[in-house]
Amino acid sequence: MVYKSNLERVLSDGKFAVTAEIGPPKGSDPDKITSKAEIVKGCADAFNITDNQTAVVRLSSMGGCCILLKKNLEPVMQITCRDRNRIALQSDVLGAASIGIKNMLFLTGDHQSFGNHPDAKGVYDLDSIQLIQIVKNMRDNGIFQSGDEILSSNPDVFIGAAANPFADPFELRVDRLEKKIDAGAEFIQTQSVFNLDKFNVWMDEVRSRGLDKKVYILAGITPLKSLRMTERMKFHVPGVDIPEEIYNRMKKAEDVKEEGYRVALDLINEVKKIKGIHGMHITALFWEDIVPSLMKESGLLPRP
Amino acid sequence: MNVMIITKPKELECLVKSIGENPVFIIGCSECATLCHTGGEKEVLSMKEKLEKKNIKVTGWVVLDPACHLLNDKRLLKKHKNKVEQAKKILVLACGNGSQTVSEIIKDAEIIPGNDTLFLGEIKRLSEFEKRCDMCGECIQDLFGGLCPVSRCPKSMLNGPCGGSIDGKCEVNSEVDCIWDMIYKRLKEKGQLDRLKEIRAPKNWSKSLETRRTL
Repeated sequence: MVYKSNLERVLSDGKFAVTAEIGPPKGSDPDKITSKAEIVKGCADAFNITDNQTAVVRLSSMGGCCILLKKNLEPVMQITCRDRNRIALQSDVLGAASIGIKNMLFLTGDHQSFGNHPDAKGVYDLDSIQLIQIVKNMRDNGIFQSGDEILSSNPDVFIGAAANPFADPFELRVDRLEKKIDAGAEFIQTQSVFNLDKFNVWMDEVRSRGLDKKVYILAGITPLKSLRMTERMKFHVPGVDIPEEIYNRMKKAEDVKEEGYRVALDLINEVKKIKGIHGMHITALFWEDIVPSLMKESGLLPRP
Repeated sequence: MNVMIITKPKELECLVKSIGENPVFIIGCSECATLCHTGGEKEVLSMKEKLEKKNIKVTGWVVLDPACHLLNDKRLLKKHKNKVEQAKKILVLACGNGSQTVSEIIKDAEIIPGNDTLFLGEIKRLSEFEKRCDMCGECIQDLFGGLCPVSRCPKSMLNGPCGGSIDGKCEVNSEVDCIWDMIYKRLKEKGQLDRLKEIRAPKNWSKSLETRRTL
């Protein structure tokens, strides 16, 4: 079999895959990306570049992915529906495919009111599920959303999507995942997992519907760097669920950074055991330097 | 419950700046702006008093019935012809449509919109208004239990709630109910949750770009 990407190869081989997030800088300095990439190189099978996450303007995900490609690192390009209509989105998919970006992850996007340009007009011409379906159709059938034909070379994309098992209404959360799979998603990166009980309830339903056989699921892991970060995520980031137990561990810790590292390690070891989980996606924002030891200690190195 | 164009008054200072030292004629509207308390007779008279306190000459006023009715406006404004002609500025306390209807009739004076027009919505309580419609040109509420995610979800999501729906509230404003949570509850009650499993295609936004309809 010919794989579209290294990430697809690792997942297809049944290995526990690892993706790592690299947040692009608020500026045009490529070294900000390459220096982070140097740290996490060899620790993951592919590297996500976010698309203006939390609606804060940063170096574009396409630009960031280009920088990774030059360093021979495999990117996962995140693409949101917030800032572009269907014309720009399809054009970016073609552009990204043309320069060798194989993995793309499609999201609706954080609302502009959370970012540093709250006066901006959100686009939301499409939602993530519609975009996934459009890209699948571009790839498999050479057809644009309008029905017009692609004239030269369909974009050969390994299609990713996000899932949040912790948001409400809980009953719809597996339905949303199933819709994303029906639309064409091949791999899923979940919202950061802290509440293992809730995550397991979600995974039980995922397995009972056989969805873990239809899509690769990578559990989100976010190491907590400080108490402030823990509290911000617990109380202010929509859709994140940090249970009291973890919050208390962080509050009582003498060395908060060390405790955050331990919490992450414990979570990795737990999610690895969950049936139907095919890998993990690690987001160590502004704390990339812990990724190598975290990977090593959880027995995930060397990468396949 | 009343459905209407919801407006909000602009800041007085901002209006005073636009009017300058010019004499002004004030126009209100008998319908939406009256119910929104932004352009009924009461608000028009109160505006008159406020402007006069700022030493701005108010040549006259009228509440149009309603401001968006071209023929009615022509008839009503005729009665105020002299007072309108004395004014250099026309302050319209109606919606964005109402002030444009007025500007089609009064060409010599400058039209100043006194309100900001927000959305098509309903009065929940005396002083609380909620958006109900984006006038998208192609109504699809039947797919969602009679609720509209196009206008009431800040991301206009057609395939279910985003990851920020928490305890029935919207991530963008915790005082606003998540419309997807409401859709979920309503369809669950009706035993129609399977309707949400179908992928809804991208919307044809060109329908909302129609600029004219004639009967």
